[in-house]
Amino acid sequence: MKLTKNVIISRRGYQPLSSPILLKGGIVIDPLLKLNEQKDVVIENGYISQLGQVDSKNFKGEVVDCRKKIISPGWLDMHVHLREPGYEGKETIATGSLAAANGGFTGVCCMPNTLPPIDTQEIIQYIKDRSKGSLVNVHPVAAITKKREGKELAEILELIEQGAVAVSDDGSPVMSAEIMRRALEYSKMVDVPVIGHEEDINMTTGGDMNEGFVSTCQGLNGMPPVAEEIMIARDIMLAEYTGGRFHVAHISTAKSVELVRQAKSKGIKVTCEVTPHHFTLTDEAVRTFDTNTKMNPPLRTESDRLALCEGLKDGTIDAIASDHAPHSFEEKEAEYIYAPFGVIGLETSMGLALTQLYHHKFLTLEQLIYKYAVRPYQILNLNCPEIKMGTMANLTIFSPEESWQVNPSKFLSKSSNTPFVKWKLKGKPFAVINNNQIFFSVL
Amino acid sequence: MLLHSKHLLGLDGIPQKDILTILDTAKSFREVLDRPIKRLPTLQGKTVVNLFYEPSTRTRISFELAEKRLSADIVSFSTAASSVKKGETLIDTVKNIEAMKIDMVVVRHSSPGAPHLLARVLNSHVINAGDGGHEHPTQALLDMFTIRQKLGSLQGKTVALVGDISHSRVAMSNIYGLTKVGARVLVCGPSTLIPREIEKLGIEVYYNIDEIIPQVDVLNILRLQLERQREALFPSLREYHNYFGITRERLESATKPILIMHPGPMNRGIEISSDVADSEHSVILEQVTNGVAIRMAVLYLLAGGRSETH
Repeated sequence: MKLTKNVIISRRGYQPLSSPILLKGGIVIDPLLKLNEQKDVVIENGYISQLGQVDSKNFKGEVVDCRKKIISPGWLDMHVHLREPGYEGKETIATGSLAAANGGFTGVCCMPNTLPPIDTQEIIQYIKDRSKGSLVNVHPVAAITKKREGKELAEILELIEQGAVAVSDDGSPVMSAEIMRRALEYSKMVDVPVIGHEEDINMTTGGDMNEGFVSTCQGLNGMPPVAEEIMIARDIMLAEYTGGRFHVAHISTAKSVELVRQAKSKGIKVTCEVTPHHFTLTDEAVRTFDTNTKMNPPLRTESDRLALCEGLKDGTIDAIASDHAPHSFEEKEAEYIYAPFGVIGLETSMGLALTQLYHHKFLTLEQLIYKYAVRPYQILNLNCPEIKMGTMANLTIFSPEESWQVNPSKFLSKSSNTPFVKWKLKGKPFAVINNNQIFFSVL
Repeated sequence: MLLHSKHLLGLDGIPQKDILTILDTAKSFREVLDRPIKRLPTLQGKTVVNLFYEPSTRTRISFELAEKRLSADIVSFSTAASSVKKGETLIDTVKNIEAMKIDMVVVRHSSPGAPHLLARVLNSHVINAGDGGHEHPTQALLDMFTIRQKLGSLQGKTVALVGDISHSRVAMSNIYGLTKVGARVLVCGPSTLIPREIEKLGIEVYYNIDEIIPQVDVLNILRLQLERQREALFPSLREYHNYFGITRERLESATKPILIMHPGPMNRGIEISSDVADSEHSVILEQVTNGVAIRMAVLYLLAGGRSETH
């Protein structure tokens, strides 16, 4: 079988690796194994069978030209909304997984704000069934509380046993400090993180954007940065008190980063992630009234954006996650105050990270790969994919120097609500390999 | 084109020259309003649609009269509910209306940016008649017109906007417009009703009315949105009136006559006392008359202007 990079075939899905393949001429970077050198990689039956210099002339199988490309352990986006079950008009497990593969990811965590929410074993099983056989590993995140209402703990032990990798009421905060305390305490038994959507909704209800100079100019109701910061401060204190593991979802302000930095220095078990749109854009983007600038947490100011880049650089921010939040065209093509919060991100995450962080010299390639292909797995207690002989090939291959233009018609997500249309990015996904399948990006 | 833009979406981002063009043009339309026959053929054959997605009495009537005085064909559409709730998007609604061959759309909407959304998808001219807490450009233009009419010029004059500044579209458009023509702008109100970082727009912020009265030429007193009390933004109407209400007693510290303005509708006895509202320095009703002239000027200029007016 000839492996092809073809939009039509790619839309149909992943290609099985029915014969051995040779990834020729790429640079292998594996931060955990301290590997950063040119190596050829041979994959047979889904496993890495050779690593080193391999002559392509005598190779019996498919050869993939990987010159000028980086071969990294497979990337995991730990914050994705796949919308299934319940909102299949926006995205499905199948289309969201294809979008992930197209964006260079071999794994995603899907958030529990579905309908019904991921608060029972049955829904976890449903997600596992629906993602079976996929190249992309789908790891469900279960709800902290029943129906994500913030009132009673969900059956966390059972949900984790069934395959959930963390708990979160993402989309909504846990407003009760008592419930959050118990969640941190209870989840400690199975050593999973409680992922917090940090927002004091008493301060943000009715808000559409960051509160500050731009909200004043635009006449839009503001969501003050302090509404996020006080919840992070609270939950850091609860994590310290209970010894539970607290992970901050989509951190967005300078003070939030500082709070996490201080907590880490005290040895409190706290980790955090940032989205590409928060380290790329600011609330100035809202001046256009483009509803694809409306997300929660909202875009903040330039000083916040720079603090996020610094937080990534000094290690305060552990991971990059997209908060991929698909919405249909008609929902977003509305008046600003009526449009839903959220933008998609799976297919622009890598390009934005390489452009904004690597090419702007905040992170080296090793550090950047660490944020995508090491820390997310560690936070979730999953085995990190490694590039060594005899292991299953779980790889992300990308071209760090290739320039491209964002064109939503090439997205495989069901939705196209992105603020980055026509952006020129440097650094592009090339292919992903996992579960004995390969997928060539069509971006 | 007589203005640099096809639409009037706000006073932020439009050149000073356009503001002055509108004010000058309105002057000749203002004279027309005093004639026994007030109708001009200027917009004959043009169709204007007034889309009011938020309740309005004076702004809607003012636009309708301005359109009629210019002989336009007009259709008005008012609804309290958003089109979203009816299951049709705003864009679909207006595209349907535009398909019936119209030339201009006047829109009032509770969402900031709604006129900008329409301007992006329609071929017609779009005039913002108030978008949420964002802008209300024709109101600010008529305020500026009235100040110029009474005080001769705007440059160097001190204008205070008093009261509920937070998310006041009237305040925002006045700030953008007045600072562009060289007026000094003060805002004064309870700190919870003044939006963050507003001083970055080149204005001064005060919390004490008695401090500003000796310095100002104009007091533009904004309507207090009574529901703000429920949002815990101020404790009581009584305290608001005692500290921020404009009363005759309070005006005694003035060193020169102060022009009293209010965009309406007034809460008499709260932000303004009746003796001030009805005093000889009050130009509140003249603002309303001038509003028709300003809207005639905007309609005329956006339509491209035609010589028979003058």
